[in-house]
Amino acid sequence: METITLTDKQKKSRRGRNIAIAATLVGLVVLFYIITLVKFAGGMAG
Amino acid sequence: MILSEATARDYFELLKPRVMSLVIFTAFAGLVLAPGHINPVIGVIAILCIAVGAGASGALNMWYDADIDAVMSRTAKRPIPAGRVQPREALAFGLTLSAFSVAILGLAVNWLSAGLLAFTIFFYAVIYTMWLKRSTPQNIVIGGAAGAFPPMIGWACVTNGVSVESIVLFLITFLWTPPHFWALALFKMRDYGAVGVPMLPNVAGEKTTKQQIMVYAVLTALIAVAPTYLGFASLGYGIFAAAMGIGFVWYSIGVLRMPESDRVMVPAKKLFGYSIFYLFAIFSGLMIDRAVMAAGWLAGWSV
Repeated sequence: METITLTDKQKKSRRGRNIAIAATLVGLVVLFYIITLVKFAGGMAG
Repeated sequence: MILSEATARDYFELLKPRVMSLVIFTAFAGLVLAPGHINPVIGVIAILCIAVGAGASGALNMWYDADIDAVMSRTAKRPIPAGRVQPREALAFGLTLSAFSVAILGLAVNWLSAGLLAFTIFFYAVIYTMWLKRSTPQNIVIGGAAGAFPPMIGWACVTNGVSVESIVLFLITFLWTPPHFWALALFKMRDYGAVGVPMLPNVAGEKTTKQQIMVYAVLTALIAVAPTYLGFASLGYGIFAAAMGIGFVWYSIGVLRMPESDRVMVPAKKLFGYSIFYLFAIFSGLMIDRAVMAAGWLAGWSV
């Protein structure tokens, strides 16, 4: 079976991209959570 | 398949962070100046969406323009021409961010703002980048509209509407763009000539460009005073804007007087530098003016 071996530079950049994607996903979760809170609070006040 | 060595920073660069900082600033100004109230958290989310949307259009621009970016010295080190990011990765990145920024702005704030943001991205990526940039020397005049929309979007986030005031904010940036960009084009014209982009200095000549810079500088100076004339800024702002406008016209006269033999083009570089300062000053002036008026109004109530 033919496999691909990543160079150290490719591994390092992949790790960096993965961390950035993870941070973005966590950020989106937090963002939606905050939007929900604010919208709910507004709805109750209104 | 090409194995990628792109870092997160390369993707961040696709968003044109420096253009983004201007977008954040003018969108924030639109948000602050609009009458009415917006929840500060929602306001921050609105700015974030507008910034990411602007970044997405930057990524789409770099995807489409990779061929000419590779030739020009100013842009040759961008992630795609430098080979760090594959074109299709940049395309996917731009499209994904466009969709998310528009959808979140619509869901969290309102759909008019989301629609304006979507139109801005479309205008910059398709109308400007794909069509006008390579076909007419008036490219940046019309393309400047894309850069002028953010304060209008910020305004729409608060009011869910478009009004004369927000159109004036739009016009300030719209009319400012040609002198700003043509000043740059004058001292970078050989770059643009090399890749066949019809920038005004290459097509119509330096003299015409200098005259048109002058015309747009005068128009910018006039429209920047309009907020006082229309009654949504104080006389103090009007005097400040007039003084800043005289400065803008003064620097463009310097460019007009520049001899054709001048290859160093110090006046053009000065105008370019001043134009950036000018736009920040005008929008800052409007916001400070609003803050002062609001404080005065509150003080009146507390007595």
